[in-house]
Amino acid sequence: MIIDLILLLFLVVSALAAVLMKDLLSTTVILGAYSLIMAIVWTRLNAVDVAFTEASVGAGITTMLIIAALSRTKRMEEDQRSEGIGRNSRRSEFRNFLLFIVAFVTCGILVYGTMDMPDYGDKNAPAQTHVAPRYIEKSYEEAGAINFVTAILANYRGYDTLGETTVIFTAGISVILLLRRKR
Amino acid sequence: MKDNIIVRTISRILIPFIQIYSLYVLAHGDLGPGGGFQGGVIIASSIILYVMVFGIEEGRKRVSEKTCDLLNPSGVLIYAGVGVAALLGGGVYLEYAALPIEPAHLASHLGIYGIEIGVFITVSAVMMTIFFETARHGDD
Repeated sequence: MIIDLILLLFLVVSALAAVLMKDLLSTTVILGAYSLIMAIVWTRLNAVDVAFTEASVGAGITTMLIIAALSRTKRMEEDQRSEGIGRNSRRSEFRNFLLFIVAFVTCGILVYGTMDMPDYGDKNAPAQTHVAPRYIEKSYEEAGAINFVTAILANYRGYDTLGETTVIFTAGISVILLLRRKR
Repeated sequence: MKDNIIVRTISRILIPFIQIYSLYVLAHGDLGPGGGFQGGVIIASSIILYVMVFGIEEGRKRVSEKTCDLLNPSGVLIYAGVGVAALLGGGVYLEYAALPIEPAHLASHLGIYGIEIGVFITVSAVMMTIFFETARHGDD
């Protein structure tokens, strides 16, 4: 219980640090750390497959791809406030206030939405009573994989995974079309 | 980082282990956490580590542009091909149990391996492509 609170505290701190940092390389590394903490949170929730994906994709490859993109741009974030010193005044204050209201209300609605969710691990939750028993009991005979997350991804939801692979392939093709240097 | 001997030595030692681990993740996708997606990402990151330490030209010698371009679509083709093989075996698309292998349980087991390998190939090739194309080269 206490470790969950510590992890969530770390999450909030690293998110704030990533937003406030001016050095984009540091921000990228902090986001990698954020993903790693998130992976630990998934493990605490017994979602090991998600944790594995978060650790390898979120903390690993995304960080490196952002660093690759950073190698083409500037490392430091430009300070936008310095431009508007003369005329900042009440207009930008009003804009900041509006932004705060929008963010606050959205946050409130999201928190309100979570109140209707079933408790963690509630055995009467719709997710546990509808298809989950079938997956747990039958997936080895029907789908041929002991790990039923794999059974769902590869067999029951095989079309989705095919679509997902096609999306990744399309991303690769788009990057080639947009960025490859002609010789 | 080309002239940092510690980084060079450590990554030279680590890269083979990362790659073997990625194959382990691929092969054990149906027993534990993991699978083609994670395995592909891990093997791509081993190549990216190599590029970061030894430079893009050196990395292109190991994984050429042509190899990446060939691997990109072939994973999707393997995945779709397993589905077509199931059609030929008399089932519906991607119904692994209908693959012409006996018994049906082994067929669905191998079908899952087939599509995991397809995902592995495409994901690793695309991640490498994105990194190679996005990172700044010496000539620009």
